[in-house]
Amino acid sequence: MKIVVPLNQVPDLVEDLEIADSGKELDFEVLKMKLNEFDDHALEEALQIKESSGGEVTAVAVDGPEVDKVLFTALAKGADKAVKITGANPHADNHTQARVLAGAVGQLGADLVLVGVQSAGDRDGQLGPLLAAYLNWPGVCVVSGLKPEGGKLTFHKEYAGGLMAEFEVDLPAVMGVQAARATPRYAPVSKVRQVQTTAKIESLAAAAAGDVPAASVEKMEPPVKGAGAKMLKSAADIIQVLKEKGVV
Amino acid sequence: MGDVYVVAEHLNGELAEMTFEMLVHARGLAGGVGGSVTAVLIGGTDAMAAKLGAADKVIRVAAEADYNPDTYAAGLKAVVDAKKPQVVMAGNTSQGMDLANALSARNNMPMAAACLKVSAAGGNVHAVSQLYGGKMNVTSNLGSGPCVVTVAAGAVSADGGRKDGAPASEDGGKAPAATKLRFKKLIQPEKGDVDITTQDVLVAVGRGIGKKEDIEVAVELADKLKAAVAASRPIIDAGWMPKSRQVGKSGLKVKPKVYLALGISGAPEHLEGMKNSATIIAVNTDKNAPIFDVAHYGLVGDLFDVVEEMMDEL
Repeated sequence: MKIVVPLNQVPDLVEDLEIADSGKELDFEVLKMKLNEFDDHALEEALQIKESSGGEVTAVAVDGPEVDKVLFTALAKGADKAVKITGANPHADNHTQARVLAGAVGQLGADLVLVGVQSAGDRDGQLGPLLAAYLNWPGVCVVSGLKPEGGKLTFHKEYAGGLMAEFEVDLPAVMGVQAARATPRYAPVSKVRQVQTTAKIESLAAAAAGDVPAASVEKMEPPVKGAGAKMLKSAADIIQVLKEKGVV
Repeated sequence: MGDVYVVAEHLNGELAEMTFEMLVHARGLAGGVGGSVTAVLIGGTDAMAAKLGAADKVIRVAAEADYNPDTYAAGLKAVVDAKKPQVVMAGNTSQGMDLANALSARNNMPMAAACLKVSAAGGNVHAVSQLYGGKMNVTSNLGSGPCVVTVAAGAVSADGGRKDGAPASEDGGKAPAATKLRFKKLIQPEKGDVDITTQDVLVAVGRGIGKKEDIEVAVELADKLKAAVAASRPIIDAGWMPKSRQVGKSGLKVKPKVYLALGISGAPEHLEGMKNSATIIAVNTDKNAPIFDVAHYGLVGDLFDVVEEMMDEL
């Protein structure tokens, strides 16, 4: 079983987000970026599948700042191969990213592509189902509990309120992973350094994205805030509120 | 041209709340594009159609009653190919994400996701997407041709979209059965030891708690307050607490008298599940965290320091 996991970096949302001078996108030059946490779950699930039923895991990322660190970290966690896609824009919209990835998956070959279910900047849709459509494979969002068997995969699709459905799909397929079966593993810096000296990242030239439907950005702005919360000064103030509400 | 098609969502034999919210969005948009509102009901029942009175028309597509991404996507595509509406609207939900993205890619229709507002001006459709954990709103121009939008939950009240009485019905044919993807069964939510939807007081923990062992801090505070502990999605996905304690989009909706949010930033998916709580108190280290916009009371600080001080005083 060949599993491909595309990895994307997203802004660390704990930090202040700066808007670029264009007023249409974030200022990626100054942002602190980190691996999309859902992609981390997709990678973990791929590694879990490999460890329980065998297979080969390939981490893929579009060339850009820190991409080597992301890919070496994936190798340190247990991925078998790391591939950097060159000549594409890591901040492109999801339709373009999906086109580029569809080309890469076609060249690399895969039975299963695991993508994080969503990403913080999903303005024009979600990567997983777009990629599935461009590959003409079945694609399902918000999944967990993946169990491969033969050329098939059983999985759960999560709905609201904790309701789930069980499906079975003939591979190949693309899954938008909500959560891995275990907390995504951590690769110590020493391990990543060691991998850097021994492992190699392969390069793959991006295929032309071709025609994608474009919804142009008109503006980006922080939401207009309402009155907001009454700000308290101390824990004692919280207790005062709890007293007023009859909790204590 | 100019019509707005709403993909009516149903789950467990009932129309989803999102369906009625979309009918409200669609009505406002249809005025702007000079068309009517059509609900597309795939695999639905007569009882569901009878609740879609806020639409001008319903197109019924025959399909298995339980949602199958491939079957439903093919059924939707056939309707869109035949009728060529200007805007196809789905929920930014588990089902809607499958269907909207597939349609956008296959029919080369521009798409905007997680929209708070969709409007028309000068012949073009404009949509405001809620992105980056609710910290940025981005307006897209989807042009004057056919396009797809997914709507974020809770941007409008569903009440305006609830109108009994089936609208005029049209046969949308039969969705081609999926060949590679098979629905097996529905799995009802696991019953937890505590039903967080019936609690008066909830102490909810988020990513700020940092590690599994430290959830104990919240448990101790909850015991003192005779409250139950709930959590946001990252805590559940990490396997630190059971799914029955999850508040938000893929978890439960709660309305306690007091909701104490500890280390929860307030991503839109979480707010969807708790913003109707009578009193919300939030503690977070990030003064710009979106949770402070819906909270009634806020405290900028480290949750461990705050909880420790509270325990000392209680």
